Amino acid sequence: MLRTALRNVFAHKARLLMTMLAVLLGVAFVSGTLVFTSTISDAFQKSSEKGYANVDVSISQDGSDAPQGRETVSPLSQRTLDKAANLPGAASATGVVSGFAALSDKDGKLVGDGFSTQGANYYAGRDGKGTDARYPMKEGQAPRAEGQIALDAKTAERTGYQVGDTVRTSVNGPVREEKVTGIFTTDDGNVAAGGTLVLYDNATAQKLFAEPGEYTEIALKADPGVSQTALKEQAEKVLPADTEAVTGQKLADDESKAIENSMSGMKTSLLAFAGIALFVGIFIIANTFTMLVAQRTKELALLRAVGASRRQVTRSVLIEALVVGAVAGLAGMAAGVGIAAGLRALVGTMGGMPDGPLVIEPNTVVVSLIVGVLVTLLAAWLPARRAAKIPPVAAMGALHAPATTRSLILRNTIGALFSAAGAALVLMATTVGDVEDAKAPMGLGAVLLVIGVFILTPLLSRPLIAAAAPVLRLFNVSGKLARQNAVRNPRRTAATASALMVGLTLITGLTVIASGVQQAVNKMASDSLKADYTISMANFTQLSPEVEKKLAQSDQVTATSPLRNAYADIGDDSEYLTGVDGSSIGKLTNIDFTAGGWAGLSSGTKVVVDNATAKEKGWKVGSDFTATYEDGRKGRLTVGGLYEGNQMIKGILVDNKAVTPHMSEVADMQILAKTKDGADDEVKEALTKQLGDNPAILVEDKKDISEGIAQMINILLNMLYGLLAMAVIVAVLGVINTLAMSVFERGQEIGMLRAIGLDRRGIKRMVRLESLVISLFGGVLGIGLGIFFGWAAGELIAGSGLDTYTLVLPWDRLGLFLALAAVVGVLAALWPARRAAKLNMLAAIKTE
Amino acid sequence: MTTSTRPHHFAGGPHPGAPAAHTSTGVAAAQATELSKVYGQGETQVVALDRITVEFRRAEFTAIMGPSGSGKSTLMHCMAGLDAISSGSARIGETELTGLKDKKLTQLRRDRVGFIFQAFNLLPTLSALENITLPMDIAGRKPDRAWLDRVIETVGLADRLKHRPNQLSGGQQQRVAVARALASQPEIIFGDEPTGNLDSRAGAEVLGFLRNSVRELGQTVVMVTHDPVAAAYADRVVFLADGRIVDDMAGPTADSVLERMKSFDAKARRS
Repeated sequence: MLRTALRNVFAHKARLLMTMLAVLLGVAFVSGTLVFTSTISDAFQKSSEKGYANVDVSISQDGSDAPQGRETVSPLSQRTLDKAANLPGAASATGVVSGFAALSDKDGKLVGDGFSTQGANYYAGRDGKGTDARYPMKEGQAPRAEGQIALDAKTAERTGYQVGDTVRTSVNGPVREEKVTGIFTTDDGNVAAGGTLVLYDNATAQKLFAEPGEYTEIALKADPGVSQTALKEQAEKVLPADTEAVTGQKLADDESKAIENSMSGMKTSLLAFAGIALFVGIFIIANTFTMLVAQRTKELALLRAVGASRRQVTRSVLIEALVVGAVAGLAGMAAGVGIAAGLRALVGTMGGMPDGPLVIEPNTVVVSLIVGVLVTLLAAWLPARRAAKIPPVAAMGALHAPATTRSLILRNTIGALFSAAGAALVLMATTVGDVEDAKAPMGLGAVLLVIGVFILTPLLSRPLIAAAAPVLRLFNVSGKLARQNAVRNPRRTAATASALMVGLTLITGLTVIASGVQQAVNKMASDSLKADYTISMANFTQLSPEVEKKLAQSDQVTATSPLRNAYADIGDDSEYLTGVDGSSIGKLTNIDFTAGGWAGLSSGTKVVVDNATAKEKGWKVGSDFTATYEDGRKGRLTVGGLYEGNQMIKGILVDNKAVTPHMSEVADMQILAKTKDGADDEVKEALTKQLGDNPAILVEDKKDISEGIAQMINILLNMLYGLLAMAVIVAVLGVINTLAMSVFERGQEIGMLRAIGLDRRGIKRMVRLESLVISLFGGVLGIGLGIFFGWAAGELIAGSGLDTYTLVLPWDRLGLFLALAAVVGVLAALWPARRAAKLNMLAAIKTE
Repeated sequence: MTTSTRPHHFAGGPHPGAPAAHTSTGVAAAQATELSKVYGQGETQVVALDRITVEFRRAEFTAIMGPSGSGKSTLMHCMAGLDAISSGSARIGETELTGLKDKKLTQLRRDRVGFIFQAFNLLPTLSALENITLPMDIAGRKPDRAWLDRVIETVGLADRLKHRPNQLSGGQQQRVAVARALASQPEIIFGDEPTGNLDSRAGAEVLGFLRNSVRELGQTVVMVTHDPVAAAYADRVVFLADGRIVDDMAGPTADSVLERMKSFDAKARRS
């Protein structure tokens, strides 16, 4: 039987090719994901190990018991550093001070994304004349005085800055003009991952990122022969309060773990998409094997007639599947390695990851093979069992084995039950108030509904494809034959269309949700703000209060208010109060008061509170409470108004007068500004200029905000499209496969049609139209389901606090998806149609 | 059994919708001159048809007979424009088939030739009526209603028109095929063992219709068969052996055909 099975694989290699491709693509996705993530993990881990190569023990603030929200003054003074340097076993001690630093490129724009733009000190030893081992200079000199900086080599290359250039940087507000004195190389993990690093001289860095004479971290290097742990024990003796000593090994391990964690998240989501592609692949494999078995009915019956047992027949089909799965799994794994290499190169050119070799773990190989084989075997299981049921007498039967015309009644009943249960669950979930509670039933409902619709597709195929008849009639006889061929084997059509349906359901659902969210966020941004501009730091850290003062001096600006976060205890709870300018906030925001109003806010004794917080606290207009500020002093505040909160503005708003005196470091989260001429490019330029063309400060109008959000959503959506494209490609293979098999099966019919006068074009058109009909059928089902799921998920989103969410049907995109389904149909038919047209007419009509 | 060799005076006279070409008598319906068909090259070369010259006259029912491998099917395929010829000429009416592009050839088959095959004559997805009008559908022409009714009546399918092929018996299916071939009023109908898959009663029925179509409707029919009984329905039998025409018999009977076949067999054995 083994030989028969193997021979079958070779005999049908053309037809099995598509199946192999379907398995191969899914497996390639899996192995590509595994190889890529382990490559990235490995590269980042190596880089973080390298980054800590100069650190045996690190002394820094003990983050764990610093009270939330309270600024602790850095306690690492020069004295601590000196003490640490003199510890027995310490070869050297380096003071580190670092923080956010923005660098502008030659066009005045921020380099990088704001979160990975760092600044630090160049520690040239106690006397300021040594060198910093962490930052070997590639060109020029290390910064020695204020006004001098050094740039990392990657950033220098990216921006084109050279030694001697004057550049603009900013740390917390004011723009600094600096001269580049050196370009250095570093193993710093942030730089390896594509960030920028600006080095200042020690004193300037301390002034910018901490206080003069203080450090944020002390890195110790051990003498040869002294272990990290031993040095750590020594260091612990000189630790000031609220600081801790950690070994370099532990830091590297922690970072590894963090990298591992973030990678595993990425891995899981990528594997989920690989799973979808494989799931779609199952339809195609099952379809192929069903067709192969049907074509071989006589052959299998003959085997049975000459004495093969049912089990042997089943096994022969399964062995065939095993071979297909193993070959496809191997090829898929190789393709996956290729994909991973390509991805790494792509990410590498964007500067997003450190260099490193491609890592192929033994696990990857094993998993890829197992996935390939299991998926194929699983899909071939039913066809194999069907093969065993072929009676021996079929060998002597008619030329045509009668198609299995088993009743669809049972199938339709089951499908209807699944669909109804699924739809009911989804609908029910939308009425559940709590999002967390609704997730499970909605997910389950969605799965049931998709399965239900899949089971029902044979039933749905007739009316839906009949609906296309008026259009098909335009194509005369080709259209008529195409329509009839499409519904001829409803099961096969259903499986083919379902494969496409799965991908399109997801794509449509995500698009509908994204459109709704985008519109909701837009609406929120424009509805809740009257301010024309928001000003914030590029990395959304705090702004110096100087910025607001400077902004207010502009003739354009008619009203401004900073938003300050002040921490306070109210009763037993810790709360953030949002400090605003009570006199102008009413002109800058647009919020709906349900009771009271802004009146009296500017006095500094009143607050306005959103309804959610008020409900939690049991406050009404006129309620008063005591707030204990971070400096320990208390203040009495009265509720002056209640408003409907949203994602942009929520919580307790109070005048800055009340909170600023209690803040240890006064800083603004954001500044709202209204201008005379509203939002336009000139005003924006004027404001940017007023703030000194500062690369660290973002001046955004409402359009920028919504565009920023739109862009984020679009990037996410495009990534998802990219990932789902694999499922669609697999579905295309399915359509090709089905058509190729149909053409093969109907060879005699096609020959007869050619003989009685249907020309090649007509034959091609017939196959193309059949493909189009099947694809559009899958497309319509997928888009329909996607809209339903998008709507249902939107109900949850609206319920979870994004009140402005409404269902948005992006008709242009939906139209595009339908067009995509049509294109899939036409493309998939290219080869089968050519084959049909080239069919040897005489061979086809000759009887056996 | 008829022995008429000139079936110009069939009952009922020429039908107004009968094939137009039939009235112009000079030209044969189909004609082969020095037609050769060679497969392969060099040492593996096989000559399937060897310089055959033959003429199929209008409104005549011709049977082509011969042992297996004699080239009878190949001859039919070549003359019907289904297969390319190696040398010589093949004509339908006055149209030379050699050198015609696939498109023209397809059009010619569609508009001027009718086919009946041994099997797979019908599309299972179409009803009997749709199958009958298929060639006209392909051409985008409306069928001539009166002619169509007459054809359907002749083959006795009036009450079966809505049925799908799998709801019809083998004989009925083949009658649908005959009706399809007749419905488009082709100049000539080629049949490739049209009764090969039928039992003798159903076969006789189909052959009867073919003969009637020649007599009553003035149709021209050429049929390949290996069955002397089937050949006896024809007005004329052309015998093929080894790619050559070895005999041409008018007014055949089953017995005379059988006799002739036997003599060929004997000759073949002697040589």
